[in-house]
Amino acid sequence: MESKLIILGIIVLGAIAIAQLTRLYELARKNRKEEEHEIPNRDNYLNSKLMLVFNVFQFGGFLYLVYKYGWTGRGPSASLEGQSTDWLLNLNFIIIILVFFITNFLLFYFAYKYVRRPGVKAYYFSHSNKLELLWTSVPAVVLAVIIILGLKTWNEITAPAAKDAVKIELYAQRFNWTARYAGMDNTLGRSDYKLITASNELGLITSASIDSSINAMMQGPDGILDIKKKLNDNDLVLSDSVATSLQERLDRKERLIRLLQQMKATHNSKEDAAAWNDIIQKDTLYLCKDQAYEFSFRSKDVIHSAYFPHFRQQMNTVPGLSTRLKFTPIHTTKEMRKIKNLATFNYVLMCNKICGGAHYGMKMIVVVMDKNEYQKWMKNKMKQTFRNSFIPATAAAPIETPAKES
Amino acid sequence: MASHHDAHHEHDHHEETFVSKYIFSQDHKMIAKQFLMTAVFMGLVAMMLSILFRIQLAWPGEKSEFLHFFLGEYWAPNGVLQEDMYLGLVTIHGTIMVFFLLTGGLSGTFSNLLIPLQLGARDMASGFLNMLSFWFFFASSLIMFLSLFIFNGSIFGIDLGADGNGPAMSGWTVYPPLSALPQLGGGAGLGMTMWLISMAIFIAGSLLGSLNYIVTVLNLRTAGMSMLRMPLTIWAFFVTAILGVLSFPVLLSAALLLIMDRLAGTSFYLSDIMVGSEMLTNHGGSPLLFQHLFWFLGHPEVYIVLLPALGLSSEIIATNSRKPIFGYKAMVGSILAIGFLSFIVWGHHMFITGMNPFLGSVFVFTTLLIAIPSAVKVFNYITTLWRGSIVFTPAMLFAIALVSTFITGGVTGIILADSALDIAIHDTYFVVAHFHIVMGMSAVFGMFAGVYHWFPKMYGRMMNTRMGYVHFWITLVGAYGVFFPMHFVGLAGAPRRYYNYSVYETFDTDSYAMIMDLNVIITTFAIIAAIGQAVFLFNFFYSIFRGPKAPQNPWKSNTLEWTTPVEHVHGNWPGELPTVHRWPYDYSKPGSEEDFIPQNVPLKDWEQEEAH
Repeated sequence: MESKLIILGIIVLGAIAIAQLTRLYELARKNRKEEEHEIPNRDNYLNSKLMLVFNVFQFGGFLYLVYKYGWTGRGPSASLEGQSTDWLLNLNFIIIILVFFITNFLLFYFAYKYVRRPGVKAYYFSHSNKLELLWTSVPAVVLAVIIILGLKTWNEITAPAAKDAVKIELYAQRFNWTARYAGMDNTLGRSDYKLITASNELGLITSASIDSSINAMMQGPDGILDIKKKLNDNDLVLSDSVATSLQERLDRKERLIRLLQQMKATHNSKEDAAAWNDIIQKDTLYLCKDQAYEFSFRSKDVIHSAYFPHFRQQMNTVPGLSTRLKFTPIHTTKEMRKIKNLATFNYVLMCNKICGGAHYGMKMIVVVMDKNEYQKWMKNKMKQTFRNSFIPATAAAPIETPAKES
Repeated sequence: MASHHDAHHEHDHHEETFVSKYIFSQDHKMIAKQFLMTAVFMGLVAMMLSILFRIQLAWPGEKSEFLHFFLGEYWAPNGVLQEDMYLGLVTIHGTIMVFFLLTGGLSGTFSNLLIPLQLGARDMASGFLNMLSFWFFFASSLIMFLSLFIFNGSIFGIDLGADGNGPAMSGWTVYPPLSALPQLGGGAGLGMTMWLISMAIFIAGSLLGSLNYIVTVLNLRTAGMSMLRMPLTIWAFFVTAILGVLSFPVLLSAALLLIMDRLAGTSFYLSDIMVGSEMLTNHGGSPLLFQHLFWFLGHPEVYIVLLPALGLSSEIIATNSRKPIFGYKAMVGSILAIGFLSFIVWGHHMFITGMNPFLGSVFVFTTLLIAIPSAVKVFNYITTLWRGSIVFTPAMLFAIALVSTFITGGVTGIILADSALDIAIHDTYFVVAHFHIVMGMSAVFGMFAGVYHWFPKMYGRMMNTRMGYVHFWITLVGAYGVFFPMHFVGLAGAPRRYYNYSVYETFDTDSYAMIMDLNVIITTFAIIAAIGQAVFLFNFFYSIFRGPKAPQNPWKSNTLEWTTPVEHVHGNWPGELPTVHRWPYDYSKPGSEEDFIPQNVPLKDWEQEEAH
């Protein structure tokens, strides 16, 4: 407390001291018959020179940063698509850096050169159609080139994936990622958030999972029957607020179960197979070099963004909406470690849309393997299909048990 | 006009009370000062918030007495910033800077001060609405500020009957569902509610102001002040006001729908969501709808912030180069073109949201078009300096710096507008660097330039120029030192809104070292720049009370505000309103002895008027 008072005292005394010095300065100026609004030549020249000095600092700082950090700190692109955007990025950088240098130089140089000098009057120059046409049309032409090249690349990157692209779904929730491989048939089973249970974290649709959810919603603990019993139990004394919240939960569950029953009625059991052979993978995403991939994204709660910085790809994951992107890895993790000369390097999938306090830790390591390694891993993984991991909810398992949150 | 003037003359004889003169004033000059004071306060708050989270970014996990002093044990246990509050600080910093400092503050101060003065009007079209617009702004500022102090659903112990700790924490863009689910707790509760209420009031105030500006510009120009004789400041304020009137209501609807989703159980933005263990029944809404609505304001907003700054700097650069602004008509055309284009580019904020890629390519095209009028403006500024006779007032220095940041931040916009390139740097620090330079710094420099230049008009006294120089050079070097390295953090792929970058240690230690290096440099410059603002604050408040008396036209300027007396009078001109005979940029006109000819001086026989 004392130290704070002392600091406060120093600040106040400092301010008073500066005020007195300012006063002194003003009196001195008055003596010299200088007015505050008339800028003396020495100040004017000093500032004009500082303009050039600043320009040197600005360019020097830029060159130093480029020299020290390069202009893409992520290393070379690890995907085919990224190579074309990196090329385009470099081209655009050359253009804008040129513009940056030329215009900033002109600005600061003119500021330096055309400082007020005794006896020199400014040149009355109000417009010139020729000049203005020049600097309207040159940017227009350059921009046309940038637009055409940009859109060409954009169209290629966002076009549908190749027919043989392997399909993987990435499922986002606060604050982790889950991957789902499409299995032997390369078809992702359909999904619905209403089917999410402890053993069906992604809410995949099969006849069995629908039945299981309806069952749990109706009969499980905290299910519809359970809540109704509580509400109608005359021996149980409920406060108003508890009763209201129970009633709200009952209403919500009754809406949900109606929707589940509709789903059951329209579900085609032939689709079950597509979901049953899907493979769920946590923590690490394994990919195969030179294999085209098509990723689709879902989110459980809020918007996240699937950001693959090394593959130069990114797509938001939006609740209620399915989004997608594609890329083809071209370097295995091992190869990239050599290129970057960093033995511990890994590819990564990060969350890049604010999603809550632990947003900064929401990531999944990505490993790219060569074909042999990948097939070995996949062969083993094939055993862990959704069919093998799914346990129908019994009366003991509540429907709304969340997938575990980290 | 004559009767109008007489009416005002009578008005002058009324004794004004303290309240009607200083608080509920309807005089545009006083309202301008009120806007400025509120904005200075809010700007300081937002700057402090940025220093707090910059300390966390540069020295994560290190004990800081400074953080502990300002945030207390709950938000900075043992002097280490708590991760939710990091997002709270970021959110409120962005909100205040964009809306309260650079929209309300910049436009509110200078539109109010200069529109009537430079047009030769007695006051705004409606003094009463003008006063309301300030008080709405003030109320919204207060609510936003108070939301920083929410703790267990109360502020300073006053229970507000809702849950929540801390201010809104979902980024200044408040995308739902993160902002739509109060059950997420923390800032999603009361903090978010207060954010929305504050913004709704802010928008109402902003609309009142903008409508007033438009009506005043269209109807209250003095005799001879044709549209093409208006100073570029007025053109900028005029187009800004039109942008505000057309776009802010859309944000209001976005906010209202969000309030409905939060309070009334609607599903405008919500579909198929589980919050922890709770399965919501909302279905069919779209979070993208909010983004479309938000950015339909959000992008014009960039120009609502920028255009006034560009307008102020046009005036200041011409005056202090002692030359006409180069290409007046092209400047007006650029302002109009930028204003129009700003309405059809919002999708460039949404390239990777899942929006149809074809729609994305349309937005690439329209966005890159904006570079053309922007380039025209830059080249015209540079040509205005060419062969000028430059006087480096502090205002002039800031105006030149504005052109520099407008270029430096503008060129990176070309990268971000290119959807294919945006993919890999979207939401990284590259974006943060880009918009802070092009919009943040440019507008802040414009605002400083305006304050230094029109301070004599506002307070009748001069600011200290030497202190102005010190303030300028610290600020310029600080600003570049903060935001230039930030591009490189972004190019390393570092996402924005990360509490720390420890995640990099698990996959790329080299990048981690680089990010940490740069973050320390950035924070150091940020602290230097922040301390530099103390020079400004001292100068500003000292000069209000003790600065040397200002002459009537200190900068030898042509515009009408310098023909009014130094002491403010109600109705601006004690006698007749001035009549305008020429455009405002007759500086160093050949044949004239003086190097400036004010707009109210009739044309001489030998003179030809600049075509208009």
